[in-house]
Amino acid sequence: MSSNDGQTSRRDFLATTLALAPLAVTVVGQTAAQSINGEQLPSSSPAPDHPSVPDYRPSYFTSAEWAFINAACARIIPADEHGPGAVELGVPQYIDRQMGTPWADGGIWYMQGPFFAGAPEFGYQSQLTPKQQYRMGIKAIDTLCHERLNMPFVALTAAQQDDVLKQIEKGSLTSTELPLSTFFSGFLLRNVMEGYFGDPMYGGNKDMAAWKMIGYPGVRADYLEWVGQAKPYPYGPVSIYGKRG
Amino acid sequence: MATNKPVDVVIVGFGWTGAIMAIELAQAGLNVLALERGEDATTVPNWAYPKVVDEISQSARNGLLQNLSKSTVTIRHHKDDRALPYRQIGSFKPGTGVGGAGIHWSGVHSRVMPQELRLRSHITERYGARFIPEGMTLQDWGVTYEELEPHFDRFEQVCGTSGKAGNLQGRALEGGNPFEAPRSHEFPLPPLTDPPTSALFAKATRELGYHPYPLPAANASRPYTNPYGCQLGPCNFCGFCSDYGCINYSKASPQTTILPVLYRMPNFALRTQAHVLKVNTDSAGKVATGVTYVDAQGHEVEQPATMVVLAAFHLHNVRLMLSSGIGQPYDPGTGQGKVGRNFCYQLLNSVNLFFDKNVYINQFMGAGGVGQAIEDFYGDNFDHGKLGFIGGGVIWGRQTGNGPVRGIPLPSGSPAWGSGWKAAVKKNFLHTGRIESQLSNMAYRGCYLDLDPTYRDAYGTPLLRMTLNWQDNDLRMSEFFGEKLSQIGKAMGATSQSGRVLKRGDNWDTRAYQSTHINGGTAMGADPKTSVVNKYLQSWDVSNLFVLGANVFAHGIGYNPTGLVGALAYWSAANIRATYLKSPGPLVRG
Repeated sequence: MSSNDGQTSRRDFLATTLALAPLAVTVVGQTAAQSINGEQLPSSSPAPDHPSVPDYRPSYFTSAEWAFINAACARIIPADEHGPGAVELGVPQYIDRQMGTPWADGGIWYMQGPFFAGAPEFGYQSQLTPKQQYRMGIKAIDTLCHERLNMPFVALTAAQQDDVLKQIEKGSLTSTELPLSTFFSGFLLRNVMEGYFGDPMYGGNKDMAAWKMIGYPGVRADYLEWVGQAKPYPYGPVSIYGKRG
Repeated sequence: MATNKPVDVVIVGFGWTGAIMAIELAQAGLNVLALERGEDATTVPNWAYPKVVDEISQSARNGLLQNLSKSTVTIRHHKDDRALPYRQIGSFKPGTGVGGAGIHWSGVHSRVMPQELRLRSHITERYGARFIPEGMTLQDWGVTYEELEPHFDRFEQVCGTSGKAGNLQGRALEGGNPFEAPRSHEFPLPPLTDPPTSALFAKATRELGYHPYPLPAANASRPYTNPYGCQLGPCNFCGFCSDYGCINYSKASPQTTILPVLYRMPNFALRTQAHVLKVNTDSAGKVATGVTYVDAQGHEVEQPATMVVLAAFHLHNVRLMLSSGIGQPYDPGTGQGKVGRNFCYQLLNSVNLFFDKNVYINQFMGAGGVGQAIEDFYGDNFDHGKLGFIGGGVIWGRQTGNGPVRGIPLPSGSPAWGSGWKAAVKKNFLHTGRIESQLSNMAYRGCYLDLDPTYRDAYGTPLLRMTLNWQDNDLRMSEFFGEKLSQIGKAMGATSQSGRVLKRGDNWDTRAYQSTHINGGTAMGADPKTSVVNKYLQSWDVSNLFVLGANVFAHGIGYNPTGLVGALAYWSAANIRATYLKSPGPLVRG
């Protein structure tokens, strides 16, 4: 059975390599991932490390959309006395980077027609992909803001922005183009939470600040000595790439 | 179409039941080929630390689950409705690849209550036949607990299950479940350490007069070597269990308990990226001649075999029976036919408990199977006469491990975003626990599976169509459990509670996760008119075809199904080895 043999030889390869030369683990991981005897093998390395950067330029969003994403993130998780806001932690960068994944093209969903609107209990029944939701959703919100207040969303006061988002969330403000409550709760809000609380390697949660705020130790993933004690856990968080917070 | 060399046995699907049947039949000397539609996977590299402890790739993007873009199901509540595709993962989580759902499961490892296997007879004897409501298609399973006991035992020994016997060969033992059916042996490993939620649950339920016991968990509490010689390491409560592959070789899976030994056997072969389209039969439709599958390149290949075993996940097993035309499809109008009949699910009520700031629950620590549970209201352990419903379930205080991307439960009325939301998550994250009731789902005339007339998968074959909704009997039972949960939550000291308790008027909501424990559709039984397979999981219609999985359940039990699914696979394999191979043909005369 060839696939099994491949893994045996990979283990042997790793053991031999590690014994012979003290290479950095990531180098060994990448070498092993490329090929052994011409066979492509999966890697045990995590997804690439792309922490948030100060001078990020969006790949998917236009400048107007990027301004909206930043403004919306600042209202969904504002910087306040409880902890850092979504924008400081890089959440807009997380969302833009996610637009380059198969998920953003509907790649992990059943997207064959015909499409029919159904009762809410039957879940998402639109042919719009996440990318299209963002493109159309942002445009529709800005159109509404122009109609009502003569300004794009980003130019509204914080209180006005909150009001618009609350009405969209409740469904009292929507568009004929697409149901905005679905865009808000099913995409924008969900992705903001992912970016805020996900590993910093995805572009949000800079310096694990969101984990520190709630007392989550990240990927320490080793609590045998602590699980029986209903006490505060004493250690700060660790990220997938081994940074400590 | 290319035709491969014939094999003795072709196994469709390579999760728990495929691995069990493969090793049992390979040990009997047969030439065994397993076909798996997903990819190969092993602890290293696939679930190595820290790669897999990634909430974004595993929980938010369903890293280990079936990619619905290739194949899914359609769902409707009633046979007169239009079914819509299950486009995104929600209510249930089918797995994919080698190991199947045995990778991302939690590890709760229960058996079955003897009375459940003869539920129709039991209810009739205790309450009279009229107690069974119109339209509830209860039937006995055709097999007894006593027959299955050695195989439950075997599967627990294979998994290194942690627990405490409550009934050892008829002798009541302190610390175990007093409602337990007799066991031949103690659990292979002692119970796991109780996390805070479970400790509070045990104390509260004991004070309320109930009978808490440590939930059996296929998460090893100690280092362990199973009867095949595979080794498990102790669980460290990492908090990445359901949705995740185990970093510690602690959670039982085909990879940790069977495959290392099976892969060394020269008469076993595995072919991945092989999606089976149908079981082929002879012109009379009485003998299976093999299967047709689509290979990695997208080409159809015929695989001849002397014996065929369906060992995929529930959904795929039932669909293969329907698309292969084996057995009469069920017709809900006439009640005739059997393939697709008695399709059932499970009801899960989930209540979040919020504690004062000096009570540390630390929900990020935990293991999938660890917890304390009560069975005072399981099955028919309590008198249903005045209650007027059939069924029951387990109530538990588990602490499965949770991180913030998976969702931070909040008290009712908390905002979903903004400063108010931040204040609430900061206040509650370390002080939140959860209790649940997992309940039986009876079989009904109007709940069934068939092939969808509209929607197709990536291979051009019709999707399986689910027709199912919650019924009055089950919702009244659920309301009864809602009261118990509320009582227990208060006794545990929660300052507030939120969550989901199903009540009359609720429909099956496919959006939020509740349970992957779908079952039925190819029920086992003693009557070939109402069951698809006999007590040995052998097709009544095609005797060299065996069908494994929770699809053989005759109704939805309240327990987690994997223990029963594994035991049934061992039971079927033992009978194939002891009887069928000596004289192939029907093991029961229909």
